[in-house]
Amino acid sequence: MPPERTAAPVVRMAGIEKGFGSVLANREASLEVGAGEIHALVGENGAGKSTLMRILSGMFTPDAGTVEVFGRDVTGWSTAEAIAAGVGMVHQHFMLVPTLTVAENVALGSEPTRGMLLDRDRARRDVEERSRTSGLAVDATRPVSALSVGEAQRVEILKTLHRGAKVLILDEPTAVLSPPEVQELWGVLRGLRDGGATVILITHRLDEVMEISDNITVMRAGRTVDHIRTADTTPAHIARSMVGREVALAAEADVYRPPARGPEARPVLEVRDLVVSAHGRPRAVDGVSFEVRPGEILGIAGVEGNGQTELIEAIAGLTLPTSGAIVLNGADVTESHVRARGDAGISHIPEDRHRRGLLMDYSVAENLVLGQQHRFQKGMALDRERIARNASEQVRAYDIRPTDPALPARALSGGNQQKIVVAREMMRDFHLLLAAQPTRGVDVGAVEQIHDRLRQARDAGKAILLVSAELNEVLALADRVAVMYAGRFAVVMPREQASEDVLGPYMTGAQREAA
Amino acid sequence: MSTAVQQTPPAAPETTGGTAASALRGRLEEALLPPIVAILAAMVVGDLLILSFGQSPGAVYRLLLEGTWGNAYGFGQVLYKTTTLTLTGLAVALALRAGLFNIGAEGQLAAGGFMAALLGLLLPAGTPWLLAVPLCLVAAALGGGVVGAVPGALKARFGAHEVIVTIMLNFIVLALLNWLVAAHLHVPETLHTPDIRAGGVARLGGIFTGSAANWVILVALAAAGAVWFYLFRTRRGYDLRAVGLQPDAAEYAGVRVGGVWMRAMAVSGALAGLGGVNFVLGYKHYYEDGFSGGSGFLGIAVALVGRNDPVGVVFAALFFATLSQGGLAINAVVPKQMVEVLQGVVILAVAIAVPEVRRLLRTRARRA
Amino acid sequence: MIVLIFLLQTIRIAIPYLFAASGGVLAERAGVVSLTLEGFMLSGAFCATLGSHYSGSAWVGLLCGAAGGLLMGLLHAVASIRYKADQIVVGIAINLLVVGITRFFLHLAFDSSSNSPRVPGFGGENAGSGIEALAANPLVWMGLVLVPIMGWLIYRTPFGLRVRAVGEHPLAAESVGVPVPRVRYMAVALSGLLASLGGAYLALDQHQFTDQMTAGRGYVALAAVIFGRWDPVRAGIACLLFAAAETLQIQLQGLEAIPSQFVSMIPYLLTIIALAGIVGRSVPPAALGRAED
Repeated sequence: MPPERTAAPVVRMAGIEKGFGSVLANREASLEVGAGEIHALVGENGAGKSTLMRILSGMFTPDAGTVEVFGRDVTGWSTAEAIAAGVGMVHQHFMLVPTLTVAENVALGSEPTRGMLLDRDRARRDVEERSRTSGLAVDATRPVSALSVGEAQRVEILKTLHRGAKVLILDEPTAVLSPPEVQELWGVLRGLRDGGATVILITHRLDEVMEISDNITVMRAGRTVDHIRTADTTPAHIARSMVGREVALAAEADVYRPPARGPEARPVLEVRDLVVSAHGRPRAVDGVSFEVRPGEILGIAGVEGNGQTELIEAIAGLTLPTSGAIVLNGADVTESHVRARGDAGISHIPEDRHRRGLLMDYSVAENLVLGQQHRFQKGMALDRERIARNASEQVRAYDIRPTDPALPARALSGGNQQKIVVAREMMRDFHLLLAAQPTRGVDVGAVEQIHDRLRQARDAGKAILLVSAELNEVLALADRVAVMYAGRFAVVMPREQASEDVLGPYMTGAQREAA
Repeated sequence: MSTAVQQTPPAAPETTGGTAASALRGRLEEALLPPIVAILAAMVVGDLLILSFGQSPGAVYRLLLEGTWGNAYGFGQVLYKTTTLTLTGLAVALALRAGLFNIGAEGQLAAGGFMAALLGLLLPAGTPWLLAVPLCLVAAALGGGVVGAVPGALKARFGAHEVIVTIMLNFIVLALLNWLVAAHLHVPETLHTPDIRAGGVARLGGIFTGSAANWVILVALAAAGAVWFYLFRTRRGYDLRAVGLQPDAAEYAGVRVGGVWMRAMAVSGALAGLGGVNFVLGYKHYYEDGFSGGSGFLGIAVALVGRNDPVGVVFAALFFATLSQGGLAINAVVPKQMVEVLQGVVILAVAIAVPEVRRLLRTRARRA
Repeated sequence: MIVLIFLLQTIRIAIPYLFAASGGVLAERAGVVSLTLEGFMLSGAFCATLGSHYSGSAWVGLLCGAAGGLLMGLLHAVASIRYKADQIVVGIAINLLVVGITRFFLHLAFDSSSNSPRVPGFGGENAGSGIEALAANPLVWMGLVLVPIMGWLIYRTPFGLRVRAVGEHPLAAESVGVPVPRVRYMAVALSGLLASLGGAYLALDQHQFTDQMTAGRGYVALAAVIFGRWDPVRAGIACLLFAAAETLQIQLQGLEAIPSQFVSMIPYLLTIIALAGIVGRSVPPAALGRAED
């Protein structure tokens, strides 16, 4: 049982405002946490939780508002000051130097010395000692690059404890852990709490929130909207706070409309035992097999980071799979180049339009032929007339604003930028459309329009593979729903059987269909 | 009871979604910025150096202008230097457009000049210029192109950073050429090859008689036009610029990035190689060890101030050529080495000021 | 006996490389590109000449040389760290600038466009290059001892740990309170000072300053850094290797077996080979060249 909350909060943040460029990450954000408490900071992606905590840990200075720690006004302090005062943050993307050893990483910034030299023995002993008392098992002499993700996280936590952290902030710590590692982490956190420390946990996983936290603060769109005791609430209540009224809106606006005809028999896309590695994650896609038929939408639901990105990139031809096969209309394209796949009939709406989908400094017209530029040639030169005609057609069809096709893509709003990508990929000839987060950043009215187009394409006999982190979107569009978790399909089911309640357990790994 | 809440993905860093007019004004500001900074920096430091020599800046600048744009011989020299700088500037600019830093223009320039001289020596004496000159140009382009292709290939195949490779290759190529000339091909008592038998290009006559200005300037201007067309009107240019701007997006668009790198470096080298022709075919009619004299490095400054744009490069070349010739004109009053200091200052100033001002503009836009 | 002469000659040639390469390793490990080594060396050579000329003492020359390099190092640091200018462009600019400045002041001070008058060096006017002369030159000792000292600095001191962290993962360093810009400033300023001592050695050893006397040595030093995989001791060995090749060529000069030009190519060829990973991969510090954290 957690001890009763003492009167004076250990951390109090009020009226916090923070902007980056034209984005306001925090506005009227607040937080109050006491000693001996595990506090969950909850909200959707982009709600401002990380920003708020980075302000607390000293990485950012707020544009407005106050931060008090242990009763002292520390607004705008530096990371060095925060660490000295006992506030330490464990980031989602580890702040560890890969070429240095565990001991060196822990020692960095507060190096023990013997005269002018680094006291390497003492650094190692400090780590071993701390490892023992906290229950975090690490090997002090190994280089960080050789550690597993779970081990690296333990080092990160050790780092903050080493500096005498009394307030420990963890940013989405379980995103990279397996279930047994999660339980280990809970043990460590409970131990810290019972010792009087304060733990702030940034997360969006409600099952975890219910399991481990004592109190909850909910953030939405940059502000703090709710503050509750875990014992007094339910996940449904939390979810409502997190999402706000939009939940009801979404449920009305996106209603599943089945196709007039069922899909044809022969699949357009066959994926067999696909294994894909990427960026140091050895089996990001860990053996996936499925088919998509003409006239159907297969929707892949799941929290981002479970291999969806790597799966789409492998099918699109941007990553070479480690093993397995990708077959398009009977032809093996597993090793085909991107352009060949495009010519064979694959269209791809990439999930990151800023990095992949658009050239920000190119004009709208130039972007509308991206990926197809070899089809708009007249000899060596580009056929500017055809490109212009293509542009005016697509700008009109998708209502892209402003309508001047000579503007650089950078000058358009996010929603219109996405429309460029969607227009381009959908208005050409294709058999298979890969749609990854197709309505990301698009305003509500345009979302409906894009959803209609997707349904039209399906009714016209196209095959669509949809990946979306928005469960509502998947439920609105897909004829069959798959849930991806930890690199595998946890389940595949017809739309009629799917709902938020049914899919939820699969999405958090609580449930897995027997293979 | 749902245990996970669907995530609204983070709003990607939004652009300021302005009007067409503000976008145009922004581009205009950006295009004018480097030249303005360059001229300002040159003037400020120039003033200091001139004063330290006990002279009056106004008088010295007037002397500089008179010696360059104020008389035919001076302007002819300016045109001559502009030719080489245009070509090396184009070389660097093209490579930068593909995201590559070609520091090897110096070696590529020399290699191109050498190949042109070699062919000029091998061709029989009576060869009509209509045949000889284009052949020599091709030889020069090949010479520079091969030297340029090496770093391109190493980057495409091994990921070797082209900055270091091109610098290293500069030394290697220059040493090789030095050996070839010193050991085998030189006219006694000199460090240059014998006069070429064919392929020479005439000087610009008329008012420019006596200066080194020659018809190779047409090659330079044509090259600028060709590079512009290549970059902005052809499909390969579309691919190339995409690779330089966002390699991930280029990859998505089906562009083979390694191939673009190789092509870009080869063409870049070829352009620099053509620069060598100015001296070899147009001026001295022989290859001389060390004739490149820093034009390859200055090409970087030209590309920087010219914003990697072919038209900008021509004007930037004109600027640096004027500065260089101007140094000679004022030498009696202030040592011409002052110009070399100014060159370094200009590059540094542009390198520092342009991103800084851009940052300031962005902050101002944000607060608005 | 021949071996001894060979060794002494090699050391004599290697000293400038050792200074510059040590400085280069430090700065690049901290994540700042060191194309400027050539410019640092040249400024050190020139300032040392000035100092020695006007004071009559080689020691004063040494100090002036160091000061000149320190100043240039700070310029590099400010442009690259404070203003986040493209470090490659800054490198080229500073090298050009130093050539111009030295030429300008060469003219201003000595009214010559090619060289300064003779200045006192270490070990007297007729020192020669025998073992006594080398032993009497403090810069020789400093250059040699610098290699293990730099190794010790980078791997055994807190500053060195911070330098390594900052060059690989500046964000991680910042998150634990390491002042990233300040560490980089120190590394770059120090690299300027060290490289300039290499130039000072050149000038004082030849007893005069000649136009562009460094003749690309700064780039050879950078080549040694890369070939030595950014490790101070390996870079030092590379310096000795390159110097040995030069010595070999000089010894064989009479035989005309290998033309000098080809020997001069050796360091550059080796570096290209190293970069191409033909003999093991040469991986630079991860954050090299990126001042935007």
